[in-house]
Amino acid sequence: MLKDITLGQYFPGDSLAHRLDPRTKLLLTVLYIFILFSAKSFVSYGVVALLLIAGIRISGVAPKALVRGLKPILFIICFTAVLNLFYTPGDPVASFWIFTITKQGIFTAFFMVLRITMLIMGTFLLTYTTSPIALTDGLESLLGPLKKLRIPVHELSMIMSIALRMIPTLIEETDKIMSAQKARGADFESGNLFQRAKALVPILVPLFISAFRRADELAVAMECRCYHGGEGRTKLHVLHYQTRDYLVLAAYVVVLAGVVVLARFGL
Amino acid sequence: MTDIIKTEHLTFSYPPDEGKEPVLALKGIDLTIEKGSFTVILGHNGSGKSTLAKHMNAVLLPGGGTVWVDGMDTKDESLLLEVRRRVGMVFQNPDNQIVANVVEEDVAFGPENLGVPTEEIQRRVAAALQAVGMDEFTMHAPHHLSGGQKQRIAIAGVIAMEPACIVLDESTAMLDPLGRREVLDTVRWLNKNKGITAVLITHHMDEAAMADRVVVMDSGSVVMDGTPREILVRMEELRAIGLDAPHTVELLHGLREDGFDVPLDALGIQECARAIVEAL
Repeated sequence: MLKDITLGQYFPGDSLAHRLDPRTKLLLTVLYIFILFSAKSFVSYGVVALLLIAGIRISGVAPKALVRGLKPILFIICFTAVLNLFYTPGDPVASFWIFTITKQGIFTAFFMVLRITMLIMGTFLLTYTTSPIALTDGLESLLGPLKKLRIPVHELSMIMSIALRMIPTLIEETDKIMSAQKARGADFESGNLFQRAKALVPILVPLFISAFRRADELAVAMECRCYHGGEGRTKLHVLHYQTRDYLVLAAYVVVLAGVVVLARFGL
Repeated sequence: MTDIIKTEHLTFSYPPDEGKEPVLALKGIDLTIEKGSFTVILGHNGSGKSTLAKHMNAVLLPGGGTVWVDGMDTKDESLLLEVRRRVGMVFQNPDNQIVANVVEEDVAFGPENLGVPTEEIQRRVAAALQAVGMDEFTMHAPHHLSGGQKQRIAIAGVIAMEPACIVLDESTAMLDPLGRREVLDTVRWLNKNKGITAVLITHHMDEAAMADRVVVMDSGSVVMDGTPREILVRMEELRAIGLDAPHTVELLHGLREDGFDVPLDALGIQECARAIVEAL
């Protein structure tokens, strides 16, 4: 059951989306979010939707996988939709008891759902086409200038990549601990929310103890391999921007400008 | 031959629990490891063998006495990186020493830390993975590999730093028999073909049979030191400090007690079988 967590899952491939520099993809994602939040009407949302569909087609990622990624936040989507539907003031369309649905409410709710869905799908496209290592490398390189402000960029990216590396190990461990506790009669499936939460304690305690022990051993192992922070460190793979990176970025900036202009004209 | 590791009157004690006297984990060890040799350090739990291993690349620093690695005093902090570059360490749990989530990135970790240029790192990673026979797994995720394969990746990660010596601190203890075989074969191959000094810490007697030299430890001291043929036949003494002689030696002992004229030092299974056939 724990095996199908799709946190930051990566689908290897050889599409244009896979071959782009991770830094480009990070920038594109930021731009995409920016465009998405500038969109205010059917026309501009249509442009963003086209952008997203183009991205999905180019990446070759199965749309099904993207939809599956939406599942965990389905509740949040519904919740926002309902709230917006009933609490936006404006021209009433229908009303019953104390609830009133307004025309503006319907539009806001619709756009809200669209915005969240496209936001999640767009960012998933990044993690689906970029390996975690490339992602942390890209982040480290993009945030590099922050080193001048004494922000430990290398250390943060190292922490991130070790966390990613440890996820499968700890999931395996959790599975093992759960089986061990079940074998001793622990019950994780019945009872109310409070009882179930309480049943998690015998899993979390050994898991944390083991995680600390692992962290300690890993630290020693890293020191034995001469790790001494980011200073003087070289890389197995050095990132290089290619022509395609500049082209895609330029295209994105044009689209961004277009959407901003559209928003100016109230579209 | 010259020495790669040398300890002189080495003592060490772990910080004691409150209100207790510190117990010496190492009681004055004098040991030299020659370049290019294959040494097995044997001992049961608590004999101090792991503590000794951790002194070999300055994970622990001597409480008393001195440890030299390739002529460098491990207490000199300015030489720490040099010491660790020369003596690589492989630990017991493969999951707790793999840093990256792609095999090649993990092997590159050591050279990256040493500031080796990119092209050279790529060459070393390829060479190290080939040396441990894992070159077809370059792009794999380590958590999908078997225990033996993970340990070979860890070894590759160490030899990518091009050390003179590799210390395996109970690196076979958590593996199944097949995984142990893989790791031991790899270490033996590296020792014979690349001239890398190997120090193997273990409590498996059969692993000792393949070494050039066996050092037996008990409660913080070296109690026996010699070739496998000299050491492993001393069944009674080994048993007294909680170790078993290899099965072949036990068998030959038993046969001799029953009046067969067999040698006691036929350690390998093939060799043992031949000796028995001859005696019959």
